[in-house]
Amino acid sequence: MSEIMIPVLLVVAMGFVFAVILTIASKIFFVPVDETVTNLRAELPGANCGACGFAGCDDYAAALAADPSIGANKCPVGGADVAAKLAAILGIDAGSTEPQVAVVMCNGNAQAAKKLMEYQGLSTCTAAKQLFGGDNMCPYGCLGLGDCEAACAYDAIHVCDGVAVVNRDACVGCGVCAKTCPNHVIRIAPAKNKVVVQCHSKDSGAKTRKACTNGCIACKKCEKVCKFEAIKVEDNHAMIDPEKCKNCGLCAKECPTGAINNMRAKRKPAASSAPASSAPAAEEAKEA
Amino acid sequence: MGEYITILIGIILVNNYVLAQFLGICPFLGVSKKLDSAVGMGVAVIFVMVLATAATYPIQMLLNDLNIGYLQTIVFILIIAALVQFVEMALKKFIPSLHKALGVYLPLITTNCAVLGVCINNIDSGYNYMQSLVNSFGAGVGFLLAMVIFSGMRSKLEGNDKIPAPFQGVPITMTSAAILSLAFMGFGGLV
Repeated sequence: MSEIMIPVLLVVAMGFVFAVILTIASKIFFVPVDETVTNLRAELPGANCGACGFAGCDDYAAALAADPSIGANKCPVGGADVAAKLAAILGIDAGSTEPQVAVVMCNGNAQAAKKLMEYQGLSTCTAAKQLFGGDNMCPYGCLGLGDCEAACAYDAIHVCDGVAVVNRDACVGCGVCAKTCPNHVIRIAPAKNKVVVQCHSKDSGAKTRKACTNGCIACKKCEKVCKFEAIKVEDNHAMIDPEKCKNCGLCAKECPTGAINNMRAKRKPAASSAPASSAPAAEEAKEA
Repeated sequence: MGEYITILIGIILVNNYVLAQFLGICPFLGVSKKLDSAVGMGVAVIFVMVLATAATYPIQMLLNDLNIGYLQTIVFILIIAALVQFVEMALKKFIPSLHKALGVYLPLITTNCAVLGVCINNIDSGYNYMQSLVNSFGAGVGFLLAMVIFSGMRSKLEGNDKIPAPFQGVPITMTSAAILSLAFMGFGGLV
């Protein structure tokens, strides 16, 4: 009996002794945390998305308490409300916070974008991307398997009809989807810019056109129609300067392919001629 | 003095824990991306290895007296885990700068097989207390050496576009780790 009891008792006793020592140690070695940090942390949303540039909400609160000059406006999730509260705790100026949203730079839905193959592998964009860069003919397009949808903590991005669509009301601009996307299709842009180019293909117009009917073919019609010189064609696709753009939407109307979209207007069915596109387009319009 | 130097050279170069005995491979591959984190991890390992040996050696004597040497592994893990927790709390209170420098690596080491391995190897090699401590210190230094060398290699591999596509990332990392290990075989028979 004692062959069993002695080892059992020894290990139990050791565990007990260690537990007691560690409990006492945690009391003796207790380090009081700065109250400012606790208060700041309480105001932060706790998304731990890292959009502020720190490792998480705890890290941002600690850094902010140590050095208020880094600014209380770093949290895009909380926006102006949280910035004001943080600034009030620290007794500093809130600074300006410009709301940001995610923009999907691809409009290649199931009707518009041509596929190279029928992908039957693991249903994530990362896996699809590793197999010859994905199943799209356009190497820049949205893979449509929803890695961003899975990563979004706010239920603000969904794959509709083979392409990711952002719900701009729900999006807080944390940028997690942009980091997740293996094809770098998503970028973070100021929410005030409602006219967006939904294509970032760097291929020539002819090549883009072959791969996707909604792609930007770099025809420069938008450049000519813009009264504010806000839109430029570079790297074979149009780009809008967020500072100069006045959201007039002329370029979106002029665009022959539907690569530029006005998020403010009720979205018309995409330029694709396929009749099946009207149902999902209506769904997209609701979200936009 | 001579015997300590022999032990040190033996454990750092000939029987390097990572490159010759293949213990502690996980942090070796995981934390060696940047030089400063590799050094942080290495220093933390030296620290914990010496402390763990200092604590486990007397316990082994107790186990031997009670004829329950087979409890070695589980008891050692218990001691190392508790010790690391205790040291972390103490460091946080008294030397916050060191605590910050060691950072997340300290708790990570708790379950590192190299730490357990050095404690058990000290007993198996029949070292006395002082020799055990020197051996543990050397094992930690060997770990640090391997980490530093490998982080240097990885910084060359990172973003090197001459590597063929199928070998980029993990494959080339594994391959270069193997080549580094082969290079350390050259020290075989030195002691």
